[in-house]
Amino acid sequence: MATTLMQGADAITEAAINVGCRFFSGYPMLPFTPLLESMAKQMGKRGGVCMNASSEIEAVNMALGAAAGGARAGTGSCGQGIALMQEAIAEAAMNEVPFVVFNMARGQQDYFQCTRGGGWGDYRTITLAPKDVIEAVEHTQLLFHLADTYRAPVILYGDYLVADTFMSVDPAAQDFGPVPDKDWALDGTRGGTGASRLIWSWDIGKSGRPGLQPDGQWKKVADKFDAVAATEARHETFMADDARYLVVSWGTTSPFVDYVVEELRADGVAIGAFRPITLWPFPEDALRAATEDAEAVFTYEINAGQMLDDVRLSVTDRHKVKALGGVSVDYSGMRQGELLSVGAIRSALTAAIAAHEAARS
Amino acid sequence: MTLTPLATDHPPEVASEKVAPFAPPLQLTEEHHLCPGCGHPVAWRLLMEVLSELGIENRAIEVVGHGCYTGIAAMADIDAIQVLHGRAPAVATGLKRVQPEAVVMTVQGDGDMATEGLHEILHAAARGENITAIMLNNGVFGDTGGQMTATTVLGQRTKTSLEGREPANHGFPIPLADLIGTIEGAAYVARGAVNNAGSIAQTKKFLARAFETQMARAGFSFVEVLTMCPTGWIIPTASGPDYVAGTFEKTFPVRQIKSALG
Amino acid sequence: MNVLTRGAVVIDVERCKGCELCIPACRPGVLAMSEDVNAQGARYPLLFAGCTACRACREVCPDFVFEVYRFEEPQMIDDGAGTTDDGAPSVEDGGA
Repeated sequence: MATTLMQGADAITEAAINVGCRFFSGYPMLPFTPLLESMAKQMGKRGGVCMNASSEIEAVNMALGAAAGGARAGTGSCGQGIALMQEAIAEAAMNEVPFVVFNMARGQQDYFQCTRGGGWGDYRTITLAPKDVIEAVEHTQLLFHLADTYRAPVILYGDYLVADTFMSVDPAAQDFGPVPDKDWALDGTRGGTGASRLIWSWDIGKSGRPGLQPDGQWKKVADKFDAVAATEARHETFMADDARYLVVSWGTTSPFVDYVVEELRADGVAIGAFRPITLWPFPEDALRAATEDAEAVFTYEINAGQMLDDVRLSVTDRHKVKALGGVSVDYSGMRQGELLSVGAIRSALTAAIAAHEAARS
Repeated sequence: MTLTPLATDHPPEVASEKVAPFAPPLQLTEEHHLCPGCGHPVAWRLLMEVLSELGIENRAIEVVGHGCYTGIAAMADIDAIQVLHGRAPAVATGLKRVQPEAVVMTVQGDGDMATEGLHEILHAAARGENITAIMLNNGVFGDTGGQMTATTVLGQRTKTSLEGREPANHGFPIPLADLIGTIEGAAYVARGAVNNAGSIAQTKKFLARAFETQMARAGFSFVEVLTMCPTGWIIPTASGPDYVAGTFEKTFPVRQIKSALG
Repeated sequence: MNVLTRGAVVIDVERCKGCELCIPACRPGVLAMSEDVNAQGARYPLLFAGCTACRACREVCPDFVFEVYRFEEPQMIDDGAGTTDDGAPSVEDGGA
């Protein structure tokens, strides 16, 4: 395996193009902007198109159009811009047009936005949250595969750490297996043949060839996501065997947590870490199993407690879940503040464990 | 004194040539739910006729907005995608960029294009995207029961301008074709109407030239079509054509505005 | 009286919604609305002698009601009125 030192935005770009992404559209907004700039530099050279859109709404609809034409397409922003894209993401979920949304988030972990969805209807967005640039490369390619497999918009939850950090990566195309033919994509060639295609979230169908109609289509989409939930959850544990305490975290927070877990283990604390890799589908069965014998479950997030809800829903006894971390941004409002540091995490965990021990005795 | 009506339930018994079918070949059905006197179906028909006559039905993709006219997506035997209100020019851009040989068009109403989607249409025109954008302009949100849009004319009564649109409260209508005509990326711009046989024939030519502009990759093409909406205008059905000529066209003059191909 | 007639239309009576846009559009003025109504409850156009196959009716109709034919040879068609000495019969009287 040949690795190159690359900045995250460039690594993601290379990884995407290597699995056939040929359209990218975006509106500048930090920390997503380096990804847009990287795509602008590379796409044209590799036979693709990068559009500097005039709004996030325009960007996501351009990606939807490119994807409707059968191309592997991507778009993105940070959470604030993803907020504008919610209608189009829901529309793509309901009319089953696949593309990858790159959320390069600011100093806040917007778990709710990608798992609860801000659009309308019964849809979910498969969301992968890499812990570092190496995982972001793998997830980028896996997401194009999942999008095409399930005909749905999907999300990479990155952030400024992923976008800006340099790591040694291998962005060569990984093979995740075959994807279904895009027998729904539009190229215009079926006009006048009686077999012309129609993409519509209401699935009305062409006159004489009715589709499922709204009720049928929306039930089909809801059922599809139930099926995805049963098969696509991913997670990782670290030093979690025989752990009395389990810390659950996600995304770029996790390497910091893992570092502290390793330190505490060396100090004799029976602590382990659990990390959902898919925010949706959340690995609830794996988390329930991992927490069954734990005395306490701590979440550490850079927000006021969002993944916390799904952790409480997953563990058998929700009362053993305690939320740590919190809102923490720097002076610019763009980057994480003091709570994303091994010192802060260690303090929070030792205090929480001490409180737990005191309550027990 | 009584004239005798002729039988019209079968073709003539004498030798004759059919000079106009009920509907063009690309039209899958003649049934639709639009109001009596609505101008949209005439515009639909012209579009389908032009695509066949130019021989581009097997390259055509239509990107259809939200309004009474949305039914064209199901009625026309061409590839189509129905999209979010206002966003058709953005979707059409993505489609055309990855399928450059396709002839990509948008079909939107004034509520969709000039109101919700003003941003998208102006930027697509500025970028000179090789798409053909078509606005069916009846100055009202017909599908939602008759509210004001960006092209409702002064004095026009709607559910949200009950005494008639007036500048102090509601501002002024946007003459979109004229506005787009000022944008350098726009290579073909015209405004037509479908209120009489003459304007219908002229609008058909405008549509053909717009598609020819796209086929020549000369830039963005745009045709605004004034259509009747007697229901939304709260006027007798048969008065629709006169309302277009006597009221609408005063604000939205019908003519070819710009043509890069000459 | 016999009227020079160059063509004819087929009218899908049941599809008509009674909007009446065809009436003023007809250049020779050979269409008039019926008194009867179709199954939708709409009056529909009747054709009288004198059609020129100009297709204007079909062009303006929003409901695809008309199919237009041009005769290879123009026909003289009896319009059902006698000759009169108070002016040519008008189509507005038709169907009365």
